[in-house]
Amino acid sequence: MKKILVFTILSLFYNLSLARDYIEIVGSSTVFPFSTVVAETFGKKTKFPTPKVEATGSGGGIKLFCKGNGIDSSDIVNSSRRIKEKEFQKCLDNGVTDITEVLIGFDGIAIANSKDGLTFDLTIKDLYLALAAKVPANIDQNAKKINFIKNPYTHWNQINAKLPAVKIKILGPPPTSGTRDALQELALEGGCKEYSFIKQLKKKNKEKYIKLCHTIREDGRYIEMGENDNLIISKLSNEINTLGIFGFSFLDQNSDKVKGAKINNNPITFEKITSGEYPISRPLYFYIKNSHRDKIKGINKFIAEFVNESTIGEEGYLTDKGLIPLPINKLKKYSNDALNSVKLEM
Amino acid sequence: MSNTTKLVSANLKKRYAKERRFKFYGIFSITLSLTFLLFLLFDIVSKCLPVFTQSYVELDIDFAPKYLNLEEKSSYSKEELFNANYQKLINNSLYKLFPEVKARKQKRILRKFVSSGAQYKLRDLVIDNPKIIGDTKSIWLLTDDDIDSFIKGLIDENAPESERRVKDFQINWIKSLQAKDKIDSKLNINFLTNSDSREPEQAGILGALKGSFYTMLITLLLSFPIGVGAAIYLEEFAPKNYWIDIIEVNINNLAAVPSIVFGILGLAIYINFFGIPRSAPIAGGLVLSLMTLPVIIISTRVAIKSVPPSIREAALGLGASKMQVITHHVIPLAMPGILTGSIIGMAQALGESAPLLMIGMVAFVADVPQSFFDPATVLPVQIFIWADSPERAFIALTSAAIVVLLVFLFLMNLSAIILRKKFENKQ
Repeated sequence: MKKILVFTILSLFYNLSLARDYIEIVGSSTVFPFSTVVAETFGKKTKFPTPKVEATGSGGGIKLFCKGNGIDSSDIVNSSRRIKEKEFQKCLDNGVTDITEVLIGFDGIAIANSKDGLTFDLTIKDLYLALAAKVPANIDQNAKKINFIKNPYTHWNQINAKLPAVKIKILGPPPTSGTRDALQELALEGGCKEYSFIKQLKKKNKEKYIKLCHTIREDGRYIEMGENDNLIISKLSNEINTLGIFGFSFLDQNSDKVKGAKINNNPITFEKITSGEYPISRPLYFYIKNSHRDKIKGINKFIAEFVNESTIGEEGYLTDKGLIPLPINKLKKYSNDALNSVKLEM
Repeated sequence: MSNTTKLVSANLKKRYAKERRFKFYGIFSITLSLTFLLFLLFDIVSKCLPVFTQSYVELDIDFAPKYLNLEEKSSYSKEELFNANYQKLINNSLYKLFPEVKARKQKRILRKFVSSGAQYKLRDLVIDNPKIIGDTKSIWLLTDDDIDSFIKGLIDENAPESERRVKDFQINWIKSLQAKDKIDSKLNINFLTNSDSREPEQAGILGALKGSFYTMLITLLLSFPIGVGAAIYLEEFAPKNYWIDIIEVNINNLAAVPSIVFGILGLAIYINFFGIPRSAPIAGGLVLSLMTLPVIIISTRVAIKSVPPSIREAALGLGASKMQVITHHVIPLAMPGILTGSIIGMAQALGESAPLLMIGMVAFVADVPQSFFDPATVLPVQIFIWADSPERAFIALTSAAIVVLLVFLFLMNLSAIILRKKFENKQ
C-alpha cells in the first residue's frame, strides 16, 4: 500500500516536469464549433494529440492568450471579432509581440421565428426601433432638436405599418455573448446610423452616440436566454410569432422548425452573407502565437490543416458545419499569412 | 356535559378538519414533486432512446493501391499506410453503388453518406493487416448522423423537401440500400468506448467518465482525510474559545458559498500561483475538494456529536487514553454518519460544472485522459457542451449523458445507504 502511494506521488511529480505536448486553443464560443472540428480531424489524421479547445468567449480568450509567452499560456485564440487595439497593446506589454492574424470566414446572425408563424420582412431600422432602449421621439428628419424617449413600441406595426400587428417579443443572447456584441454593432448601430442626426452625433459626442445606439431595451420585450441557442429554438416552436436571435449554423440545422427573417430585403442565405448583402454577419478570426511554433509539436501542421481549402474553402468540411467561407483570393492571402507567420501590426 | 367537554366537542370537528387538511397538503406536495420527477425522467429517457442503436451501411471496399494513392509494390511502410487516402476508398465504393449520380453537388452529398470517421476505421484495418491491399472486402461502416436520424425515423418523410435535412434523392439512396439489406442497426458501442467528438455518430462518454473518475479520486483523497481529521479535532480536542468559534462560523459559511467562487479561487491559487496545468483533473479535483471539505466537516461533526457520551465516559473510566477512545469507540460509531455525509458531498461534486468553468475544464477534449495531468472534461460539462451543439443528433446524446450521470449519482447514494446499514448492523 505504502509503495503504491509513494509511486503515485513520484509519478505525479515526474509528470509535472514534462512540457505540454498538446495544442491549447481558447476563445470565442462562436468559433468553437468550427475549431473543434478541425482539432478532431487533425487528431485523427496525424499522430499528434488532439488539440484542446476551450470556449471562454473572445475577450476572455484574448486575455489568456496575451498572458505571456510561457508554455502555460495558450497557443491559439479564436475570436468572433478583430482583436482590439487595447488588447493588442496589452499583448505587447506582456511580451507577446509576434502574432499572426487569420480570418477564416463569416458567421451570419439569424433573426428567426417559427415555421408556423408569420413571415417577417424587416429593415435594419425596424430592428433598431424594436430593440433599442431609447428611440427618437419624432421621426421627422428636418426637426432641429430631437428628443429621445423610452422605447414606446409594443407591436411591430407601430414601427412600420407594413409589419404585422403582433406583439414585439425577441429572445436573444445575454451581454457576455459575442453574438450580442455583433447584434449591437451591426443591427442596432446599423439602424441607428440611418438617422442622419444621430450619425452627426458620432463626431460630436461619441460616448452619447454609443450609449444611444448600443443599449438594448430592458422592459421585457427583449428577453435574455443565456448562451444556449438550442433553448431559444425550442422556445420559438411554442410561441410562433416570437423572434429569436442566434447563429446561422443553428438556423441551418433547424430549418424544419424555424425560418430566418429577411433583413433589408435579403434572406439569410449562404450567398447573401458571403456577398455582404445580408447585413448582420461578423468575421471569425484566429490568432497564432508565433513564439510557440517551435515549442509545441504539430502546431504548424494544425494551422496548415485549418487554412487548407478543403477545410475552410467553399466545399470544405467547415462549410458543411455552417461556416460562411471567404472569397478565394482572401482565403489565399490569409492562408499564406498563416503559413508564413506574418506578423500582425496595428 | 361539563363546559370543557362541550367546548372540546364543538372544536373537535374543526381540529379533525385541520388535521385532514394538513395531511392533504403533505400528500399533495409529495405527489407534485413525484410528478415533476417522473416527468423529468420520462422526458430524458424517451429522448435518449435513439442513442442505443446506430445505423451501419455495408460497402464493398476495393483496397486497390491506386485508390489508396499508393504505388504498386509488394510491401508498404507503416508511415505510408498511415498517410494513404482512405476517404477515396469509401467514395469509390459509393460511386460504384450509385453510378447514376453524376452531378458534382450530388456526388459531394453522396460522399457524406458515411460518417467522416469511417476512413480512420479503414486505416486501422489496413495497418493491422496490410495483406488486405489488393483485395475487395465488404465492410460495415457507420452512417452520417443525418442519415442515421432518418433511418431511426426521427426525420419526417412527409415534410416538404426544403425543410428536411435529408433530401428526396438521399431518401431514395437509403431505401434502395435497405431493399438490398445493406443497412443495419447495431448496438451503439461507440457511446461507451469513444471520447467526445463533433460528429454525433462518433461521440462517446468515455473521456468524460474517465475525467470525472480522476477528478473525483483527487477530491476523495484530499477532502475525506482532511475533512474527517479537522472535524475530529474541532469536536474532541479544540479548546472552546473565541478563535475556534470564528473558525466554526467560517466553515458553516463556506458550505453555503456559491460554487463558482471556488473556481475563481482555484484559478488564482492553483493555476496562476502554483502553475498546475489548466483543464487537468488535478486542478478540478483540488477545486472540488475545497467545495466538499465543509460538507464533510459539518456532517462528520454531527456524526461525532451523536455518539452517546456514556460510551466515551465508560472507555475513559476503564483507563483508555483520549486517542483510544476516539479511534476505538467514537469513530466506529460515527462512521455511518461520516460516510453518508462524505458520499453526499462527493455526489454534489460529481454534478458540479460551474467552478470547473474557471479552470478550463469546459473544453473540447477528444483524447481520453490517461493521467491526472492530461486535459479532461467531466460528465456535467460534457452534458453542457453537447446541449450547446448545433447538430440535432446531440439532443439524444445530451439526454443519454444525463442518464449516465443520474445512474452514477444513484449508485453513490445507494452505496451510502448500504454502507450505513452495514455499519449499523455491526454494532
